[in-house]
Amino acid sequence: MPARRTLLALAAALAALLVFAGPAAADLFTPESGGSPNADKIDTLYKITLYISIPILLLVEGTLIYSLVKYKARRGGQAEQIRGNTSLELGWTIGAAVILVILTGVTFAFLNGITKPEESGPEIAGGVQVAAIGQPDPPGGKGMRITVNGQQYLWRYDYPGKESLFSYHEMVVPTDTTVTLDITSSDVVHSWWIPKLGGKADAVPGHTAETWFKISKPGLYGGQCAELCGAGHADMRAVVRAVPPDEFERWAKDQRAEIKAAQDGLASQRKAREAQTGGGG
Amino acid sequence: MEASSARLAGGPEISMHGFTEQPKGWLSWLTTTDHKRIGVMYLYATFLWFILGGVMALIMRLQLAQPDNTLLSGETYNSLASMHGVTMIFLWIVPVLAGFGNYFVPLMIGARDMAFPRLNALSFWLLVGGGIAFFCSLFFEPPQAGWTSYAPLSDDAYSPGGGIDAWIFLIHLTGLSSLVGAINFIATIHNMRAPGMSWGRMPLFVWSILVYSYLLVAALPAIAAAATMLLTDRHFGTGFFNVADGGDPLLWQHLFWFFGHPEVYIMILPAFGIISEILPVFSRKPVFGYKAIAASTVTIAFLALVVWAHHMFTTPTATVVLAFFMLSSFAISVPTGVKIFNWIATLWRGQIMMKTALYFAVALPGLFVIGGISGVMLAVFPVDWQLHDTYYVVAHLHYVLFGGSVFGIFAGLYYWFPKMSGRLLSETLGKLSFWLMFVGFNLTFLIQHSAGLSGMPRRVYDYPADAGLTAYNLISTVGSFLLGIGVMVTVVNVLKSVKNGRRAGNDPWKGNTLEWFTQSPPPANNFDTIPRVRSVEPMKDIRREVQKAGKASESVAQPVTSGTS
Ligand code: HEM
Ligand SMILES: [Cu+2]
Ligand SMILES: [Cu+2]
Repeated sequence: MPARRTLLALAAALAALLVFAGPAAADLFTPESGGSPNADKIDTLYKITLYISIPILLLVEGTLIYSLVKYKARRGGQAEQIRGNTSLELGWTIGAAVILVILTGVTFAFLNGITKPEESGPEIAGGVQVAAIGQPDPPGGKGMRITVNGQQYLWRYDYPGKESLFSYHEMVVPTDTTVTLDITSSDVVHSWWIPKLGGKADAVPGHTAETWFKISKPGLYGGQCAELCGAGHADMRAVVRAVPPDEFERWAKDQRAEIKAAQDGLASQRKAREAQTGGGG
Repeated sequence: MEASSARLAGGPEISMHGFTEQPKGWLSWLTTTDHKRIGVMYLYATFLWFILGGVMALIMRLQLAQPDNTLLSGETYNSLASMHGVTMIFLWIVPVLAGFGNYFVPLMIGARDMAFPRLNALSFWLLVGGGIAFFCSLFFEPPQAGWTSYAPLSDDAYSPGGGIDAWIFLIHLTGLSSLVGAINFIATIHNMRAPGMSWGRMPLFVWSILVYSYLLVAALPAIAAAATMLLTDRHFGTGFFNVADGGDPLLWQHLFWFFGHPEVYIMILPAFGIISEILPVFSRKPVFGYKAIAASTVTIAFLALVVWAHHMFTTPTATVVLAFFMLSSFAISVPTGVKIFNWIATLWRGQIMMKTALYFAVALPGLFVIGGISGVMLAVFPVDWQLHDTYYVVAHLHYVLFGGSVFGIFAGLYYWFPKMSGRLLSETLGKLSFWLMFVGFNLTFLIQHSAGLSGMPRRVYDYPADAGLTAYNLISTVGSFLLGIGVMVTVVNVLKSVKNGRRAGNDPWKGNTLEWFTQSPPPANNFDTIPRVRSVEPMKDIRREVQKAGKASESVAQPVTSGTS
């Protein structure tokens, strides 16, 4: 049967294509991943649910199409007058429930790995001056905690430390370090989301949400606000720039100095103005 | 199938001794309390809103066809997205189902009208008022906070214009309309069924409208309260949702979704009911598992009240709460799945008549199952942290609401149009419309799963060219226009057939339920004599009896009138 053989060949070719195109096609069928372990675990969990779903989908669509083709009305045909079948109906109810119980088990097996921050990399711990007083540490006592604040239509990041260190839009972080984020908002609800670094966390005024990531590859990781927050919502973007720890140290130093200079400048301006008005009155 | 060409000669148990003529003239429509006329007005008004909402969607799709497009500004896009969602939910799906319910519940249970005909008219006019109040905002400033109107974005500090107030007006007016209508359905279904129609013999569509009504009564007070609190926050200095005043934005989300999730089942259950009537008729078989379908409808309604926070998985919430709402959402998918299996088993070993109504009815389980499965995946809360508020959710909700509810509504239209108008819709145009809609729908929404998985949030008016989203969006836009054309083909079909379609007769499909027992369109008083109901398929019994009495089975339908000859 040549027709069947071509079909088989086609199916094999398709399968091969899917296997080899795996990485390229991955984001057609699965969430973004590859930046941080929690994103990778969500990706795996998604794939498991997808693999459980596909046979169910094929079963339903298959029997539906089969019955439409097979039981199309024919002259003189008789429809079977079946009103139900208790064991069959019980069977598929229990079957569906069992699948969901399995899915529950799988989810809980993955949960800890997704929500619990990993230990920070060992050799950076001493180098990065980030431990702030009064802040709970990630496990292992190392790593960094950054406060994220959503504002129409901008993200602000406050780093720990005695001297003020903050930035807007671009968050610079050291690689191999567990970064924990405390997320809040000072106006409307926003949502923090860098797809390759894990799930989103809503920035709700009056609440603090927590999430984390740990990046091993230096580079830029983009994302954007995921909760409608007004006319500029689509342009409320965010970038995480991961750099080696020593480079991070340099950046932090420069940024601190810049902030200090700006603050000093402002302070002296204010002083000058006060002196002026004081002299005048 | 050509019914009613034969003239009914007699048969005392099924003959009509007299019937009331419908009054004529436009004033008689404005003042009518006849459930059928109110039903027809519901259908016309809601289809009009459906088309308006659809045009808004197409404009949005045009904007998204290209990256960095400048056709629309962020404000305009957000207005369109908000108006589209609100229109489709509050002015199309919920009320069009009430329209079918109004027309067919009394007929299917063998009643002469609804329990409270004047309240019924009030329901319709409240709906019209709500729609007009809402659309008036087009002339000053439309709402821009989405159909969900999350606080504090919807508070006066961030939405000072009147758009949100128009939304609040709409919530109250359409909410009252639905409440009054729901109470009317409940009273009608409990008290006015034909002799012999016990709960176990009630048509499945009537079951679904009963449960729809109870769910409306349970869910609407939450949104009415939330909208009122928002109103006083905006204008009278309260601070229910304002942190500075000791309020909490999450309170809004809980109240909204306590209404919002039951609302999604309010929108799907009657569509399930419609196809539970159509599938058995067109496969010439009894429905498979009548009791299971009715029971799963009731189970879904109970569970629908305890899954709301699956819309809030990304808010700062304790893990144990997230786990509870994951499990409850899993639980609700079991009775939903049971229905799908029952429908397929109804087709199994049947003699399937390939009519347009059947096409649309079969598309419902075929498309809904995709939305059901993506729903379960979204209920896995760590997965939802990636997918929430992305195009994946947009795809999910359109598979269940368009693939489910709207295809079900179209099935109902093709099935019942002959009863409402006395004429058949064109099968050629119907099938053309179906295929355009089916292909267009899948082109538009299947690819949106991928857009969401690749990081495209929902409710954005643009995306950069280097985001890898261009192809997905272009495909989606092309599909949406096919879908739009498909819908218009049905509109043309209706407008043509209502005057010039082939005469349908009283029972063109050999239906199972009592609406086919009367004339098409039915006289003002519906039935002269109301038959005793002996099974779930009273019309089958009647046909059999008439056949036994030696008459042509087509001539069953009761009234002898001038219209048919
Ligand atoms: C199998 C049963 C279902 C499950 C498990 C399910 C689950 C979910 C979940 C978890 C979400 C939240 C996704 C997110 O925002 O991140 C969602 C959203 C949604 N679902 Fe379902 N769903 C189901 C059936 C339905 C049905 C029957 C409808 C309506 C006919 C529906 C309409 C919607 C809508 C409109 C949204 C989006 C609401 C919004 O944010 O604007 N779903 N669903
Ligand atoms: Cu935003
Ligand atoms: Cu829901």
